[in-house]
Amino acid sequence: MSEQLNLWQFMLQQSDKLLDQTIAHIGLTCVSLVIAVAIGLPLGIWIAERKRTAWVVLGIAGILQTIPSIALLGFMIPLLGIGALPAIAALFLYALLPVIRNTYTGITGVDPAVTESAAAMGMSKWQILLNVQLPLAMPVILAGIRTATVINVGVATLAAYIAAGGLGEFIFGGIALNNTNMILAGAIPAALLAILLDFLLSLFQKARLKRMRKVAVILPVLLILFSSFYIIPYAKEKILAGFTPEFMGREDGSLGLKSKYKLNIPTVVISDAVMYKAAFERKLDVISGYSTDGRLKAYDLVTLKDDKTIFPPYYAAPLVRQDVLAKYPQLQPALDLLSGVINDSVMTELNYRVDYEKQLPEKVALDFMLAKGLYKKPQSGSEGGVIRLGSKIFAEQYILINIYKMLIEGNTNLKVVTRTGLGGTKICFDALTNNEIDMYPEYTGTGLLVILKPDKKTLDPIIADRNKVFDFVRKKFSDQYQLSWLKPIGFNNAYALMMRRAQAQSLNIKTISDLKNYLSNENHQH
Amino acid sequence: MIIAQNISKDFNGIQAVKDISFQVKEGQTLVLLGTSGCGKTTTLKILNRLIEPSSGAVRINGEDIFSLKPEMLRRSIGYVSQNSGLFPHYTVAENIAIVPKLLGWDQKKIRQRSEDLLRQLKLSVTEYAGKYPDELSGGEKQRVALARALASDPPVLLMDEPFGALDPITRAAVQKEFLELPELKSKTIVLVTHDVQEAFALGDQICLMDKGGIMQTGTPKELIFGPENEFSRNFFSHQRLQLELSALKFKDIWKELPDAKRGSEASLESAQSLWEGMELLAENNQEMLSVINADTDSVKEITIQTIQSVYLEIKRNR
Repeated sequence: MSEQLNLWQFMLQQSDKLLDQTIAHIGLTCVSLVIAVAIGLPLGIWIAERKRTAWVVLGIAGILQTIPSIALLGFMIPLLGIGALPAIAALFLYALLPVIRNTYTGITGVDPAVTESAAAMGMSKWQILLNVQLPLAMPVILAGIRTATVINVGVATLAAYIAAGGLGEFIFGGIALNNTNMILAGAIPAALLAILLDFLLSLFQKARLKRMRKVAVILPVLLILFSSFYIIPYAKEKILAGFTPEFMGREDGSLGLKSKYKLNIPTVVISDAVMYKAAFERKLDVISGYSTDGRLKAYDLVTLKDDKTIFPPYYAAPLVRQDVLAKYPQLQPALDLLSGVINDSVMTELNYRVDYEKQLPEKVALDFMLAKGLYKKPQSGSEGGVIRLGSKIFAEQYILINIYKMLIEGNTNLKVVTRTGLGGTKICFDALTNNEIDMYPEYTGTGLLVILKPDKKTLDPIIADRNKVFDFVRKKFSDQYQLSWLKPIGFNNAYALMMRRAQAQSLNIKTISDLKNYLSNENHQH
Repeated sequence: MIIAQNISKDFNGIQAVKDISFQVKEGQTLVLLGTSGCGKTTTLKILNRLIEPSSGAVRINGEDIFSLKPEMLRRSIGYVSQNSGLFPHYTVAENIAIVPKLLGWDQKKIRQRSEDLLRQLKLSVTEYAGKYPDELSGGEKQRVALARALASDPPVLLMDEPFGALDPITRAAVQKEFLELPELKSKTIVLVTHDVQEAFALGDQICLMDKGGIMQTGTPKELIFGPENEFSRNFFSHQRLQLELSALKFKDIWKELPDAKRGSEASLESAQSLWEGMELLAENNQEMLSVINADTDSVKEITIQTIQSVYLEIKRNR
């Protein structure tokens, strides 16, 4: 009950954002749909008379459909940058197949006796198309448009990853921040939107065959009307920031930048997967990166000094279930072998090799183990038991669990299975507490701010001190969740604001306060 | 008047129609008869250019059909196909109005004409005008399809197995209605069928086709009594008696029939066939019936016996 109330309160409190996101979502869906119909419908009609071309066109559209949506968005970045344009382009490609295929199926499915009699009565090709084929194929075509709409409402959530807005901002922010209300505030409207649009289109589809002639007119008008809600939010800014959904909702993120630094910067929401590249390509100027990220080096970015310390320390350490540690006493010594071994620059280097040089995390991990003399051949056999390692989806975590796998298998009789790619903090943490994995590498700051979420009074005295933070999370996790933080690995992968080195130097920005001053001076001048 | 000269049609090297020529006089019905795959439907569709022939010439009422735009040509030719081809999203009235609309008739004229046709085809206007094809029975659909083909009163009508999809009982009923329809009497009609009895009942002339060519052309009587080749002979062999009796009209044997008693009421016309006479006699369980010849205004008498003896006489003489 209280959960519902909280969700309602959250939605009310965030109603401005929610409205913006919903409008952006409808806009993205409808604009892409209009384009897909405008191109798919004529194409479907055209191939209906050309069986061989049809095979090729449907094949290509089918292949486009199989590209994972996030990958398709990724392909769009180098071509179209970030923002609404690549998102619409990707959504358009997804909507294309159902529109083309259903148009094709609908038109070729019209009883040949009917089209023949139409021709025999002296109707021209166009008259047959408009008066006979299209109206009779319309229910099937509409079914295709409905499919495309539902697909697009779903895929449009991913637009949040490339700064195109939409309800995905809440959904992915919520997943990253372990905030159920935020997830639901995005997911519920998205689901309702899919149901609503599908329902509206179903009304058209159920209209008697006879009225199909009118549908052919009303539908495009409505779609274009919906699309016009959406004015592409692209004002050209002097300095544009791109923050991850997670960063947007964090006290040690965008919220803290506003409250502590009074930093007021035009911001778009974007996935960390494309953020660095977008900064490098001057699509963004300030991004919320991680200080050990390999792309920092690859794209020649610099971190701005956090002169008012809003970013707490993020020391990585293995987070392990206590029942597992008790059951396999040989586990902890093996894991502790890594303690203090990797510092910031080593971690950045390892990340660089994976992120930029595209080496496999397994290979990077093995090379590192060999170089440090930590590698031992796996002790064969799984009679000792199985340890399930989890990881979030980014290079650093992949490298770390590969290192841990080698350490465990080389130094104990335990066998390791890995569960990589557990979306964000919430997914990893839930998997751990629900006994689906036994351990994963976590960061002290994340444990503190995302999972424990202490009030400001508790937070203030400890936040700047790495040891105090570590002791706090270790104690709380043990008490509340029966989870142990083992000794930190050594590096601090804290949040940081980053800029291109050249731009930072030319504007003489070294700290976040410098950035703030630069922005308020700019605003003054206008 | 339709004149087809030396028309041929190749489909990817296979000759579907081989060098066919025929004529249909104004107001007459030509039946293209043959088994499936004999090229009869292809021949029919060449006449309104649904299929373009590989070679040959066709003139309809003196005009070369290939000099016209296909759409224009087709608007002046009625067309009825086996599966009615009615537009499922149009009402009966809208279906009938299609060609008049294409021709730019005004609303009032279109309505009058479709109501008139529905009445002629014994379909109540109030009940049927607003119905959709899927609410009609097979026989009703074919009647509406005929009304649609006749809507703009075209001089020429092409029919592709118009009764092919109907059950035997409906088929007989609809066929009878077609025969009695005054509008059809003045039309030049080409009709395709594989049903021999239908061909005999409806055709003034029959083109018997096989493997893309014409085997024999002639009246029903010529075909049944004077086969020119083995194919023609065999084609009719298994229902010969009925066909022969269908091909013979009372007026053909008028001389052989005894005069009727004065004042007896005629229930048959001399243009009807001996078969029809036998059927009526059997149906009414009567010894005797009277036949009237409207041209000479004479009435004659028939019994099963007279029909039988005249028929045997004719067979013997041939």
